[in-house]
Amino acid sequence: MMQLARFFYDGARQVFSGSWLYRVWMLGLGAVVLMGGLMYSQQLEQGMIVTGMSDQVSWGAYIANFTYLVGVAAAAVMLVIPAYIFNRQDIKHIVLIGEGIAVAAVVMCMLFVTVDLGRPDRIWHLIPLLGRFHFPQSMLAWDVVVLSGYLLLNLTIPFYILFSRYRGKEPDLRVYFPGVIIAIAWAISIHTVTAFLFSSNVARPFWHTAVLGPRFLASAFTSGPALIILALQLIDRVTELKVSSTVIDLIALIVTISLQINLFLLGVELFTDFYFPTEHSASAIYLYTGLHGFNALVPWIWSAAALNLVAVSILTVHRWRGKRALLNAACLMAVVGVWIEKGMGLIIPGFVPTPIGEMFDYVPTQVEIGVSLAIWAIGLMIFTVLARVAIPIELGTLSYAGGDRTSGAARRSGARGTPGPHHPPMH
Amino acid sequence: MTEDVSTASTGAAAISRRSLLRKGSVLGAVAAFFGVGSAAAQEAVKDDSALADMWGDFFQQHYKKMSPEEVQAAIARIERKAKREYGVELTVGNEPPLEGVVFGYALNISKCKGVRRCVEACMAENNQSRDSQIQYIRVLEMDYGRMDLTLADGYYSAEAVPRPGKFYLPIQCMQCENPPCVKACPVEATWKEADGIVVIDYNWCIGCRYCMTACPYWARHFNWNRPKVPAEEINTDTHYLSTRPRAKRVMEQSTFCLQRTRKGRQPACLEACPTGARIFGNLLDPNSDIRYVIENKTVFRLKEDLGTEPKFWYYTD
Repeated sequence: MMQLARFFYDGARQVFSGSWLYRVWMLGLGAVVLMGGLMYSQQLEQGMIVTGMSDQVSWGAYIANFTYLVGVAAAAVMLVIPAYIFNRQDIKHIVLIGEGIAVAAVVMCMLFVTVDLGRPDRIWHLIPLLGRFHFPQSMLAWDVVVLSGYLLLNLTIPFYILFSRYRGKEPDLRVYFPGVIIAIAWAISIHTVTAFLFSSNVARPFWHTAVLGPRFLASAFTSGPALIILALQLIDRVTELKVSSTVIDLIALIVTISLQINLFLLGVELFTDFYFPTEHSASAIYLYTGLHGFNALVPWIWSAAALNLVAVSILTVHRWRGKRALLNAACLMAVVGVWIEKGMGLIIPGFVPTPIGEMFDYVPTQVEIGVSLAIWAIGLMIFTVLARVAIPIELGTLSYAGGDRTSGAARRSGARGTPGPHHPPMH
Repeated sequence: MTEDVSTASTGAAAISRRSLLRKGSVLGAVAAFFGVGSAAAQEAVKDDSALADMWGDFFQQHYKKMSPEEVQAAIARIERKAKREYGVELTVGNEPPLEGVVFGYALNISKCKGVRRCVEACMAENNQSRDSQIQYIRVLEMDYGRMDLTLADGYYSAEAVPRPGKFYLPIQCMQCENPPCVKACPVEATWKEADGIVVIDYNWCIGCRYCMTACPYWARHFNWNRPKVPAEEINTDTHYLSTRPRAKRVMEQSTFCLQRTRKGRQPACLEACPTGARIFGNLLDPNSDIRYVIENKTVFRLKEDLGTEPKFWYYTD
């Protein structure tokens, strides 16, 4: 109990102290959150009329970001598998970073759904027993279950590991291995369920395809690990946690193969839509070429196509992928490319034309952009906080026995009241 | 009876929270969160019952879970709110489905001339927001020879209809026997009643709009802003599950005028149709007009291939 209190105390100390760069970073994010909060209050006060959404396009930037981020959350599994199943020590060293990204991404998902709700005050209607949870019929109810479960798994397993290390104990594989296995299956499920959220709609032929689930997974395992590559290099630079280049090489390979599969599946879809276009191809035609004079999404989707194609070319050639600058450029392009393809390029055209044929161009408003940026800022804050506590524990500089020996926090001398068992830090 | 309940629920809670009432700005923010407009929030500062009603609304249970007394209390709150906001005496009915009745609708497209009296009558009857122009019925104008909905015009304006070379297709909620909207709702805020009518508990809807995504007929509509109806245009004869005034940011859709049909009347759109294109009735009654149409005319249903089993038939002479 004492140890737990000390754990949170030391964690909080880590979060509330740091270099000026860290402070500026957190304050900057805080400012973005504040700005978004003001815009959200406008949405509450005036109604969702302040968004670009309408009866025609009834989901927009919020759900687009949500969909993308479920993929990012699921992608942590691509570190969990090599770390715990194949026992790659270099990956094990940084797997907590992946899980931190997953936590931040799931929280962002939940926030994006919440700001999209017309009546956030009634969110308790979703709580089983208290409200009326329409499970298992509603796919949205499924999504609530899988996302909350995934958040719980990604909080408990890393917590167990970190708390063990903090106390100077080696985490017992037998304790957390079942959790890891469940988390792996669960990661696949969150994105499959999110795909089913869309593909279950007979009213929306653009989404009503069996390939949507596999495509969601392929794009998730592209953009998520690509984001992880960028994050790891940043962490390597600004913290004392050093990331081995073998880690980057493995993740880069995962990104490459996933992007190849993703583009193949996209091609399969395009073939079906364009070889012999039917009424059901109307959304795809609207997306790629415009339809009846409506073409708001055309520049977006071709940008995505260009980004993804250049990225896959760089990644596929071994020599280019090996060059860090090129790899980073490719990862950035894949992240943005998938964000467009799965956000604006997937959610919006599903609504156009409407089920009774109306054409409509959706453009997000300032409020939607501001609120979305704020949620991204919250996600970055969560990730920063988690990484800030996890990294020194992982490195052994922050422990119950050893006190706080990190460079960021003020050094405390002497032993604490009840010294715990002292083990050398691992790795 | 209604009165008793209303005084009871206004009682102690309102008085104990009186101190809170003075903090108008805080209340305004809270009220905005609870979906009450700033006008109502200011109203709440002046009027005790408004705040008590706000809390009553917040903790209100699902329609099907409420006891008859709780339903009456909810109705009393709605009536008080209408009085406060519009100054009208509202009657909120709660008639259950009639025994042995399943409603169906048929529309003769060779008779429809696109005058859209049905649309006007529907808006007058159902208290939809005038401001945001929520219309349950959309009449599509199309060129003869094809039925490509993406080429149809749902916003045609013409001095005289029918225009040469055009035909008209009104589309509204089909009251599907297998409704995708009901399946989609994560909180069971929408369900199919025993008379086959799909209804929404406006007080339970969380506004996620998943039902809107699921509906193949574009029949569901969302209150993107605060619904506005001029007080003198409010239809005061309402039903809990249909025409009562709506809150912002919840879903709504046609109920085939259940506030009328459950009392043996015809839907407003049918009564307004000048060409007699619309037939409504009990599908379980072998002698009804609707049964006659289904059994003797050439009928079709929109998007029958989706398996939604619409209870809205189109037919020709």
